[in-house]
Amino acid sequence: MFATQVYGDNGKMKEYHYTGPVEHRFSPYSFNGGTVLAVAGEDFAIVASDTRLSEGYSIHSRDSPKCYKLTDTTVIGCSGFHGDCLTLTKIIDARLKMYKHSNNKCMTSGAIAAMLSTILYGRRFFPYYVYNIIGGLDEEGKGAVYSFDPVGSYQRDTYKAGGSASAMLQPLLDNQIGFKNMEGVQHLPLSQEKAVQLVKDVFISAAERDVYTGDALRICIVTKDGIKEETVPLRKD
Amino acid sequence: MALQDLCGFKDSFLNSRWNLPASHPVEYLSESPIQFVIAAADTRSSCNGLVACPASQKILPVHSHLVGTTSGTSADCALWKRILSRELRLYQLRHGRRLSTAGAAKLLAHMLHPFKGTELCVAATLCGWDGGEQENISKMGNETDDLAKTSESDSISQAEARGRNPCPSPAMSRQHCSAGGKQLVRSGPSLYYVCSDGTRLQGALFSVGSGSPYAYSVLDGGVRWGLTVEEAISLAREAVYRATHRDAYSGNCVDVYHITSHGWTRRDREELREEYYREKERERGKVKERREKQEGVEDGQSSGRKK
Repeated sequence: MFATQVYGDNGKMKEYHYTGPVEHRFSPYSFNGGTVLAVAGEDFAIVASDTRLSEGYSIHSRDSPKCYKLTDTTVIGCSGFHGDCLTLTKIIDARLKMYKHSNNKCMTSGAIAAMLSTILYGRRFFPYYVYNIIGGLDEEGKGAVYSFDPVGSYQRDTYKAGGSASAMLQPLLDNQIGFKNMEGVQHLPLSQEKAVQLVKDVFISAAERDVYTGDALRICIVTKDGIKEETVPLRKD
Repeated sequence: MALQDLCGFKDSFLNSRWNLPASHPVEYLSESPIQFVIAAADTRSSCNGLVACPASQKILPVHSHLVGTTSGTSADCALWKRILSRELRLYQLRHGRRLSTAGAAKLLAHMLHPFKGTELCVAATLCGWDGGEQENISKMGNETDDLAKTSESDSISQAEARGRNPCPSPAMSRQHCSAGGKQLVRSGPSLYYVCSDGTRLQGALFSVGSGSPYAYSVLDGGVRWGLTVEEAISLAREAVYRATHRDAYSGNCVDVYHITSHGWTRRDREELREEYYREKERERGKVKERREKQEGVEDGQSSGRKK
């Protein structure tokens, strides 16, 4: 007699034959996959995400990008549980509008980051299951990336990968953009073209090795002239 | 991966950026005339075995004379520090003087108390210098301009206040201020440990976090009455280095803050990755020297005998 191991709805493996009483629980969360990446340059910021929406073994959609435009100078990438991503972006949009109407100016990237931290912490005991990365330009026009954890801890970085393939992409970014773990290399500043090419290469690698990443890549490039979007196809398998 | 863990209802997800750090606030309070507080911490934040951030800041300044080290869940520590800064600033504006470290510790402990039993996890040490601003209600204008230059601790009140209960309640202090009388406030360096389970301790030396046992051993071996600032800083740094060497959840760099009556100053962040090899080089150098000296002595002896 052998036991077939099957994946249950919540991703846990369960025995096929009866082993004893089993507790079934409703989970308010589900994991929809996706990877988000952001890179800050001297006068630009790039936020990129794949467009696959999956759950368990199925793909719900091949065209569900995870970058959302907030203002002319800020883009947010949210990955994790799609339901919470949608609600969170709606809440952020509403708060942006409120700020605009009370203060007669748009929120800066740093202000949005601080606000998001408090929004996320407001649900400290039933968190938004979202990994956020904000990319944009700061008040001086320099690129800024703010990375968050699901309960609101954040800090400003130069580059960050979040989502299902983050553990694979972050070391690669550390090496290529941060010049870490290499000896005797020249630290050249990152140009916009090189950054975009790097992001494309990095996502192609991620799609090869991570099942939840693929289909297409949406890149948003934020400069002082506005936000430019580009779509690049990835592996569909 | 943390995300899959969440789907399985594991608690670990909520500990994302749970820095289990060796934030060794080697807050050594010196009894000698040179008074200071040193705080040192590593910079690694981890989440389920993944290093979420190799360059996080675990020592957060609260105001010019108070610095807090953080351990536990990153988001909790960052937020409660912010709330503490806000409350201390409000206290200062309302009462015309800074709240002492003991008072700040009590405030933080009382703010965390409603969350006892929840997953909130904050283990902070508050390191500060309680200054002499007792009769400063008239000088409130100057206060807000330049906190760093507030008057040095009154030596008289220091001698009197030592050993008494610090930080009178706000009502009492207002009375005291307006009467211009002496306040029962301890002046000088101060160190408190506050934890989200309700612990609030005063001490001369604390080490907090997953690497704390390793740090304690180094500190207990090296700490003594009458340490100078440089010795204390190098001891703190050594303690953090040993903890990062042995503890998996501590690593990367070390931050050192130094608090005196003038406020806090920060040393540059130092990378500890190469430290192990540098130490080995130093040891090798010493052994070589010793060996050369030994050979020199032997040569001298043998040549002497020949004669």
